[in-house]
Amino acid sequence: MMRFWPFVLFVVLAGFLYVGLHLDPREIPSPLVGKTAPKFTLALLQEPAKQFSTEQMKGQVWLLNVWASWCVSCKEEHPVLMALAERKLVPIYGLDYKDKREDGMAWLNNGGNPYVLSMSDLEGRIGIDYGVYGVPETYVIDKQGTIQYKQIGPVTPDNLREKILPLVAELQAK
Amino acid sequence: MIPELGHFSLIIALCLALTLGILPILGAARNNAVLMGVARPLAYGQFVFIALAFATLANAFLGNDFSVLYVAEHSNSQLPAQYRFAAIWGGHEGSLLLWAFILSIWTAAVATFSKHLPEEMVARVLGVMGLVAVGFLLFMLFTSSPFERLLPAAADGRDLNPLLQDPGLVIHPPMLYMGYVGFSVAFAFAIAALIGGKLDATWARWSRPWTTVAWVFMTIGIGLGSSWAYYVLGWGGWWFWDPVENASFMPWLVGTGLIHSLAVTEKRGAFKSWTVLLAIAAFSLSLLGTFLVRSGVLTSVHSFASDPKRGIFILSFLVVVIGVSLLLFAWRAPKIGLGGKFDMLSRESLLLSNNVLLSVASASVFIGTLYPLFMDALGFGKLSVGPPYFQAVFVPLMFPMVLMMGLGPMARWKKMAVPELAKRVRWGFASSVVIALLLPLVLGHWTPLIALGLMMAFWIIASLVISLRSRLSGQGELLKRVRAQSLSYYGMQLAHLGVAVFIIGVTMVKGFETERDVRMNVGDTVQAGGYEFRFFGVTDTTGPNYVAGVGRVTVSKNGQFVTELLPEKRQYNVSGMPITQAAISTGLFRDLYVSLGEPIPESEGAWAVRVYIKPFVDWIWFGCLLMALGGVLAISDRRYRVHSKKAAAVPTEGAEQKLSVEGQPV
Repeated sequence: MMRFWPFVLFVVLAGFLYVGLHLDPREIPSPLVGKTAPKFTLALLQEPAKQFSTEQMKGQVWLLNVWASWCVSCKEEHPVLMALAERKLVPIYGLDYKDKREDGMAWLNNGGNPYVLSMSDLEGRIGIDYGVYGVPETYVIDKQGTIQYKQIGPVTPDNLREKILPLVAELQAK
Repeated sequence: MIPELGHFSLIIALCLALTLGILPILGAARNNAVLMGVARPLAYGQFVFIALAFATLANAFLGNDFSVLYVAEHSNSQLPAQYRFAAIWGGHEGSLLLWAFILSIWTAAVATFSKHLPEEMVARVLGVMGLVAVGFLLFMLFTSSPFERLLPAAADGRDLNPLLQDPGLVIHPPMLYMGYVGFSVAFAFAIAALIGGKLDATWARWSRPWTTVAWVFMTIGIGLGSSWAYYVLGWGGWWFWDPVENASFMPWLVGTGLIHSLAVTEKRGAFKSWTVLLAIAAFSLSLLGTFLVRSGVLTSVHSFASDPKRGIFILSFLVVVIGVSLLLFAWRAPKIGLGGKFDMLSRESLLLSNNVLLSVASASVFIGTLYPLFMDALGFGKLSVGPPYFQAVFVPLMFPMVLMMGLGPMARWKKMAVPELAKRVRWGFASSVVIALLLPLVLGHWTPLIALGLMMAFWIIASLVISLRSRLSGQGELLKRVRAQSLSYYGMQLAHLGVAVFIIGVTMVKGFETERDVRMNVGDTVQAGGYEFRFFGVTDTTGPNYVAGVGRVTVSKNGQFVTELLPEKRQYNVSGMPITQAAISTGLFRDLYVSLGEPIPESEGAWAVRVYIKPFVDWIWFGCLLMALGGVLAISDRRYRVHSKKAAAVPTEGAEQKLSVEGQPV
């Protein structure tokens, strides 16, 4: 029955691909959108002695950007975030996802740091709470701590202009 | 009206492809010469109409026809003409049209260069390729026509993704697609042989040159893509194990296995079912690559145009093509048999092991690429696999592969005594070990990985020298003996040398690169790898469709001026997207690489600047080029030219036999 193996394996694969189509991150909006952002307290990337807590962000509209030094798309996204940070429209907080501390720090020191603060999510636990599928991802979180939007993949000037910034302005006005 | 003509041409092409997929195969089954005879005209007709559709789209792009939705989405009147043409494949719909166009080119090529093949084989091969075309044309017409109208027309287009506005990207996709789609020929030959039930050495002989040509295109395509990533992303990397890169790498690995396996099947009649399976796998992985890129199942830098709804269609197509092929394989496999016998140590066994290793390597890339999807589908949560996995899995597989790559060309078919082989290679092996241990010390930095990499490279070179020496030794004029060897032998050795050059590039750049990321004020200098870089600030300039800051950096060594580098930071007018254009001074032994990071807000005129010294980095792509050239030499071998003339003439058995003596290239 050896000769049926390739076929059987392929059928299994096709099953996975079919399920994968329905799991597609672009097709289904994150179930977290509209819900309270999962709370967490994490050590800062650059000053591990200090901690960041989502609690301290109450009353502010902010962006949580999940990034990593090993992530290629982040390199594409990085200049866009730098430009955004310069405009000081909204604070960007970084979550360095499954990254070595020194690699993450080198990235910020060398490439430029668009973040107010970066947290280090060494094991990716916070990433799981937030349903991070692929890095980079960006969340728009409102004053009450509710996730209002999730961007999967790199932020581009287009979707900044069309989605994220109008949403931020609207939330800040509330 | 013209875009509608393009759409209409596609419909006609679909009708022709459908007929091509049915009648000739039916004719071959019934031994009906008339039905088989329509295959060639239909193949040409299909080519003409798809080419017409392609020309129509090109016309819309070059003429800035923004009443065509696809043009409005991917072009702009400011875009230079060469990029307006390349924008044809800048998005999903046009990529598909390019796919179908290239498939029709391959189909027409098979129709032209198959005069020496039996009619029923030609009928079946063209028929199978017609069926593949049917799938792609249906896909295009039902879900993604590039000719859809936008009414009223847009005033101007949304512009091509700036990352794609690059000379490398003008030729990279067509090259890669030539490779992807080229594997459809080997696939069609394998399926035709399975249908006919005649899986002897002949199908391998016929499909071998086609497979090599496809492989050559693919090698160049991947190399171009990698060099693009190196100079456009601005971070100095050349391979990222990104899902889309992997999607092209998997069929390449299997295709490499396939060209070796075809050689064994042709020469020795062995591995018959294995070769058929590889032919199916190589093309299946090409289709899977299309699926991965186009469906949006995996997120990646490259998924410029993904749409999940289309995923269902491609998946169904994938299931039909691959599923039916594998069922056909399962049904026919018992008839194939294992073929010629060979010993534990023989050229066959070495090639078989390398085939297995290449397949395992491909499978490991496959698992790494799809693992996040599997875990997610099984409800184990979300995760991602990064380069560490691929490096950990890949390097250990490379080592035995390279070891056998050196032995293979020296081993004899069928049977080889261990002492004899050992005697032939011992000096080569010993010297590669010695060089690998000492050279890093001389260069001033010894790590196990550098030593291992160098050893692999020098082992390939040493075994190449040994093989050449024994081939060329003997009486008489050297030139004559050089001429006596077949081109395919030189082709093989050149391709293997390409692997060695590639490994040297990777090893040296990984082991000895210097990276300095610094903040520089105007007039600041930075030292890196013995060079001094002086920063003269950034001045503004305008391009055809962008504004840019151009940095000026001069490089000197020991006070001597070396070169001036002008890295750019561009902002494209329409999309507003910033792009880094690194400035690279290319050299045989090192690249000087400077790219602009970000301006430093607090201080006027200061910038974050990345300065890299990349030793031997160009050897990576030079190695790819040598591999491709090796493939070109192999298909220029005279037996293929003999073949095409043979149709009317007497069979040139003498030439064939002369070429299959001991030490025959694979």
